[in-house]
Amino acid sequence: MDYATNLLLTLPELVLSIGAIILMLVSAWGGQGSTRAVSWTSVAIVGGALIALAGPASGGGVAFEGLFRADAFAAFAKVLIYVAAAIAIVMAPGFFERTSGDDLRPEYPVLVLLSAAGAGIMVSAGDLLTLYVGLELQSLASYVLATFMRRDARSAEAGLKYFILGALASGILLYGISIVYGFSGTTLFEGIAAAYAVPSAELSKGLLFGLVFVFAGIAFKLAAVPFHMWTPDVYEGAPTPVTALFATAQKVAAVALGVRVAIEAMGPALFQWRQIVIFAALASIVLGAVAAIGQQNIKRLLAYSSINNVGFALIGLAAGTPEGVSAVLTYMAIYIAMTMGSFLVVLQMRDHDGTPVESIASLSGMSRTRPALAAALAIFMLSLAGIPPLFGFWSKFVVFDAAVQAGLLPLAAIGIALSTIGAYYYLRIVKTMYFDEPAGSFPPVTSRIEGGLIAASAVFLFPVGWFLIVPLGAWSLTAARSLF
Amino acid sequence: MNGSIGLIHYLVVAAILFTMGVLGIFLNRKNLIVILMAIELILLAVNINLVAFSAALNDLVGQVFAMFVLTVAAGEAAIGLAILVIYFRNRGDIAVEDASRMKG
Repeated sequence: MDYATNLLLTLPELVLSIGAIILMLVSAWGGQGSTRAVSWTSVAIVGGALIALAGPASGGGVAFEGLFRADAFAAFAKVLIYVAAAIAIVMAPGFFERTSGDDLRPEYPVLVLLSAAGAGIMVSAGDLLTLYVGLELQSLASYVLATFMRRDARSAEAGLKYFILGALASGILLYGISIVYGFSGTTLFEGIAAAYAVPSAELSKGLLFGLVFVFAGIAFKLAAVPFHMWTPDVYEGAPTPVTALFATAQKVAAVALGVRVAIEAMGPALFQWRQIVIFAALASIVLGAVAAIGQQNIKRLLAYSSINNVGFALIGLAAGTPEGVSAVLTYMAIYIAMTMGSFLVVLQMRDHDGTPVESIASLSGMSRTRPALAAALAIFMLSLAGIPPLFGFWSKFVVFDAAVQAGLLPLAAIGIALSTIGAYYYLRIVKTMYFDEPAGSFPPVTSRIEGGLIAASAVFLFPVGWFLIVPLGAWSLTAARSLF
Repeated sequence: MNGSIGLIHYLVVAAILFTMGVLGIFLNRKNLIVILMAIELILLAVNINLVAFSAALNDLVGQVFAMFVLTVAAGEAAIGLAILVIYFRNRGDIAVEDASRMKG
């Protein structure tokens, strides 16, 4: 295969990274004044990357001798990542103009672009080296984004904690990678799968050791229990648009990476990693639900909600079948609509001076002061709780369905029982909005784009999503099959 | 070949360095700079592993990988120090115990 064909398969990443480099130069020379232009150009670049995805980049090709896979699975994840990244850029100006002391700088959209490019490389990785480089590109951009409010002590603390624990996670993952490389003799996923394809009694201790380290590193990035401890602090301290990016684009990238490593590289060791995945899934569901109950801060609550949701997605992975992977993808698609919508509502929470407020108590009586916004947040919360007829129910249904079909009936039963614990704190927010005395009102939504995005996510969750079940299912199944 | 240094020796050294790095992050209560050093230690342990395996397997990929790890580690250290400077400007202190404004 010649170089041009290889590059064509990586076109979305090329568009993003070259665009980011050019915009970096523009922002260096243009300074603070270029913020608006750079923001909108970045959104256009993300749009360009989405269009580039329609070409050979989603056609199932393998580029650079196996290092990079441009298959349907990667394309599905990239669509979600790019959409989330574009929304994270669009929602930033409104947030930063209300914070005191920290303006939006033109570096923000550039960093989001780089993070999206890294996430794209992660989900397309066909080799441990590509995996590592993509993961680091995405993480390094994220560390800076978390610290973006430089005069805010909470943002600095969030960035610091994220950096330290993220670097530790990378270190653990790398240590696992080095052991897997040593005992399988290759870093290509195909070669690793061949090394794992022995009867489980004969699997060497070294390969098993490497597998555990790799899964621990990925669990860190996923924020799955027991490696979740950084999530609440980082989600609370980071600027809200950045938190939204972490909870959506980054989460999708980490889940897709985990699925690809589990199925493509370590697929033959299903029996070994299934135990790890089942433990992480159930522990995440329980901890995400129980620890969220006492929270007073809405961003912290959404952080625990994201831990909880990762647990459900992992149940689909535990199935280890094409149907299970397809369920994970469907889950993530619906999850980012719910989460992005929730964070857009959090963005509207501010007092009359315009200062953002984050306490759950400030939502009291919102159904009377701001009925439309309250209805939208109620839809997101009930949908996250998985209550029919909202579309969040479908995401949980497909995951449990896949687990049952793979013979994991007890896992599905426990998962369903545990999902009721989660419903408690989502319902508490609905109760605060609809039955508590009004505690003062938020000023109206000023941005038409934000209002439109909230409405669009709410309408997607009910009723539009239900009409999309068939195409979404077919698309995610095609994507999942490309891994097997 | 009795007495000569083999693959196992390298792996043991790397494992010790890795453990020291991880412990350095969790046991250190004084200074955030020490945490950055501990992270560096973890990455170097991985590099020893990679190069040792590369030599033992007679395969160059491990050494190429080590080069990538070194490069990324440099970027990571730069970003870590930049974040540390911002943190110091806000707090006037880099003690680990103080990094607890958010809890729960």
